[in-house]
Amino acid sequence: MNRGADTARGVSTRAVEIIVAGAIFALGAMVVFDSIRLGSKWASDGPQAGYFPFYIGAIICVCATVVLLYALVGKHAGPRVFVSWPALRRVLQVLGPAAVYVLGIQLIGIYIASAAYIAVFMIWLGRYSALLSGAIGCGVMAAFFLMFEVWFKVPLYKGMLDPLAFLGY
Amino acid sequence: MEELNALFHGFAVALSPLNVLLMFVGILLGVVIGVLPGLGGANGIAILLPLTFTMPPTSAIIMLSCIYWGALFGGAITSVLFNIPGEPWSVATTFDGYPMAQQGRAGEALTAAFTSSFVGALFAVIVFTFLAPLVASFALKFGPPEFFSVYLLTFCSFVGLGKGAPFKIIAAMMIGFALAAVGIDTVTGQLRLTFGWTEMMRGFDFLVAVIGLFGIGEILQSMEEGLAFQGKQAKINSRIVLETWAKLPRYWTSSLRACLIGCAMGIVPGGATPASFMSYGVAKRVSRNGPKFGTGQVEGVVAPETAAHAAGTSALLPMLTLGVPGSPTAAVLLGGLLIWGLQPGPLLFVEKKDFVWGLIASMYLGNLAGLIVVLTCVPLFAAILRVPFSIIAPVIIVICAIGAYTVHNAMLDIWLMLLFGVIGYVFKKLDYPLAPLVLALVLGDRAEDSFRQSMLMSQGDVSIFFSNALVGGITALALVLLFWPLGASLIARLRYG
Amino acid sequence: MTMLKRAARTLAIALAGGLGLSSPGFAWEPTKPVEFIVPAGTGGGADQMARLLQGIVQKNNLMKQPLIVVNKSGGAGAEGFLAIKEAKGDPHKIVITLSNLFTTPLATGVPFNWKDLTPVAMLALDQFVLWVNAETPHQSAKDYIAAVKAAGPNKFKMGGTGSKQEDQIITVALEKATGAKFTYIPFKGGGEVAVQLVGKHIDSSVNNPIEAVAQWRAGKLRPLCVFDHDRMPYKDKITKDQSWNDIPSCKEAGVPVDYVMLRGIFAAPAAPKDAVAYYVDVFRKVRETPEWKKFMSDGAFNTTFMSGPEYVKWVEGAEGTHRTLMKEAGFLAK
Repeated sequence: MNRGADTARGVSTRAVEIIVAGAIFALGAMVVFDSIRLGSKWASDGPQAGYFPFYIGAIICVCATVVLLYALVGKHAGPRVFVSWPALRRVLQVLGPAAVYVLGIQLIGIYIASAAYIAVFMIWLGRYSALLSGAIGCGVMAAFFLMFEVWFKVPLYKGMLDPLAFLGY
Repeated sequence: MEELNALFHGFAVALSPLNVLLMFVGILLGVVIGVLPGLGGANGIAILLPLTFTMPPTSAIIMLSCIYWGALFGGAITSVLFNIPGEPWSVATTFDGYPMAQQGRAGEALTAAFTSSFVGALFAVIVFTFLAPLVASFALKFGPPEFFSVYLLTFCSFVGLGKGAPFKIIAAMMIGFALAAVGIDTVTGQLRLTFGWTEMMRGFDFLVAVIGLFGIGEILQSMEEGLAFQGKQAKINSRIVLETWAKLPRYWTSSLRACLIGCAMGIVPGGATPASFMSYGVAKRVSRNGPKFGTGQVEGVVAPETAAHAAGTSALLPMLTLGVPGSPTAAVLLGGLLIWGLQPGPLLFVEKKDFVWGLIASMYLGNLAGLIVVLTCVPLFAAILRVPFSIIAPVIIVICAIGAYTVHNAMLDIWLMLLFGVIGYVFKKLDYPLAPLVLALVLGDRAEDSFRQSMLMSQGDVSIFFSNALVGGITALALVLLFWPLGASLIARLRYG
Repeated sequence: MTMLKRAARTLAIALAGGLGLSSPGFAWEPTKPVEFIVPAGTGGGADQMARLLQGIVQKNNLMKQPLIVVNKSGGAGAEGFLAIKEAKGDPHKIVITLSNLFTTPLATGVPFNWKDLTPVAMLALDQFVLWVNAETPHQSAKDYIAAVKAAGPNKFKMGGTGSKQEDQIITVALEKATGAKFTYIPFKGGGEVAVQLVGKHIDSSVNNPIEAVAQWRAGKLRPLCVFDHDRMPYKDKITKDQSWNDIPSCKEAGVPVDYVMLRGIFAAPAAPKDAVAYYVDVFRKVRETPEWKKFMSDGAFNTTFMSGPEYVKWVEGAEGTHRTLMKEAGFLAK
């Protein structure tokens, strides 16, 4: 069925399945843990704060265990390869810069980080000229700046360093 | 007859040149606000509220409510084009709208979405015009047990729809509930699942999760498959609107059902988001095309959009007649009314006739104006898909980041959005369904609150959910829907086995 | 861009000067938009007031830079207070308070206190009224409490906004003062509570006047008493035959409980003195506008205005009251 993907080499679905099930189990366990602290009983006037989360967490753990067992036994119908190496590289090409971008927002604010991100993305993945990319990046963000800061009066995040402070917004 | 006279008088009020101008300005602003995820109708109106103090109240409310209509229309645009719901109630629109866009049918999907929005709103306004007092007294019958039964009905109409591993469906839904529980607990005021981390206090916002799961997740998926949003070769046809209109009448049963669900949920007030989910779920169950839902069915766009708009419109009714807002946006409008010195409530219809009927007339006109505006823009919106991926993708990520930030003015939400993007990508590939997760996230805390309020009322006696005909009826209907698939297969087995 | 803005600003100043609104040189004036934090969601009482203030300031040109309302409602408002606590010395941030200034840190243990902030001014005090459904036979607070006692504990349902916040504190104080015992049911907003009361899903509420006035005028709800030392001063008829002033104070109705909610302004920790003086002056001017006066009378607010040491002293007292009430009720975070 999915022969192309199956013959390619890459991250195995089984490994991802196991990791995800493990993470979900951990999440469920955290929920159960905190619910017990809150009180997870049915008191005289109805459920306590942790009543529902406790069972939600417990069900998450049960489901994760079942999925984990299925994955370990190897009974599943999907393709063997979760993502091939070249495809994973393409995904990381977006994800990596996106993470850097969010870090950039944290430091220098949404406007400058976004303009730079758009420009770099275009140059790197779209092979556009630096001039055009820079112009589009700055143009889009200038439009957003006018819309949010000037007209709607919604302050967006300016970053810890706030390099745009001189604009007076 | 009296209503008709009043309504015509209202049209005279609403049709002054200033008001018509404000109507179009409002619609345009609303579409922009609706397109930007995060900056939803409620935030948008709250932001623009102070600007309207210099206007006469009738003009101001006309403009603000037109922003509301615009946002309702606008939410569908990014859902269809990029799988990013601009508003919570557009999530269900992505299920079939986005596949349509991928098949090069973006224009058709948008036309269907806008037109059915208009139909839903029109239906609700007609109900509004003639049945306002009756409807108001219906809303009064809803206490915590009734609300819980309505939420239960929403869940039940939606579960059992997904295909795939049942444990993964349940896990996804429970993760949604768990995320909804984070933050302060309404009933006891305790902080839950924050582990002493103050940034967690605001909880996981539905919109942040949805922007990540659907929007960023989709971009990662597109990247994996090579650099393209499929459907960019969509041919843009100026007659697409008329061609789609020719097809729409055949979905009239779905439409009517969606109108009724939407109106009921708006008045109750359950809100537009559950209405759209419920309508989609019900349509999938009863429609002949049901099994094909999720692959790009026009009906799968008509059902949620009609219901969302009907609910969004009728949510204003309890606000005006009772002073209880049917949606967050209505809550902000309510604040506006109070600031202008108008007291929403039973007497508003008696004392401020000009205002009320001007507003109702503007609902007819505003929605019509909205329809005209968005339909003329359909080719334009569809053309966005022709922008090369390496330009549009970073811009979308930037819009997502801004959207995630504006929901709560929180930097952490941008990180969460990115995290949800990865989760969305991985979950989709492993067949963990996202729809139950977001449904649980949006309704989880409300359902829990109303359940526990009911338990406080009855001192822990569960039979309160069958204590009168209304709540008992809804609960029973919910249970029937829940066990329908099971029962149906059982009957089939008996018959053939 | 900057030129355009400068031109616009000059024009605005000229206009304000022409209207005689320009104020004599302040030692400090905002140089960028002032963030006005609301530690509650959009559409609530504090949010309404903040947006009204924003509109009044804008309409009457009371500040050279706009006020921008920013909602930070997470963790029962803790998010908003923590945000301003972190903005140490920043004169461009102010916050409007609800009672959650006191209740949230006490009930959740989130680390902030009003002493972290710089008190600016008290704008008004919000009243609380005991309401019942108009179709019930209870004509006075005494009747009602007697009926609650006669029915036995937990038989009557009191609805209110939030948990371990002002509405529940009043309920507990009421129980302490009278010996009656209610089942308290928390809802998300005041308007919702009023409608639940009209729909008879609950038996009484302690809604603010503005939350329930529409239902009162429509003859659906009946006010029994106001939780203050004195009656409310507004004598204009609200219903056919009653004004706010006709509602007895709870004390004279034989239920000795009083509670008012602070609607006050605080600035960031260590905010410059001149900035505080500037804001006090702005809010003094706001109080003189007809829009503000109308809002006050519509909502039957107690319009006491305070600033400086007097205000600090009031806040200190209020914190003590909250601590005592919440301790007695067992609401303090463990």
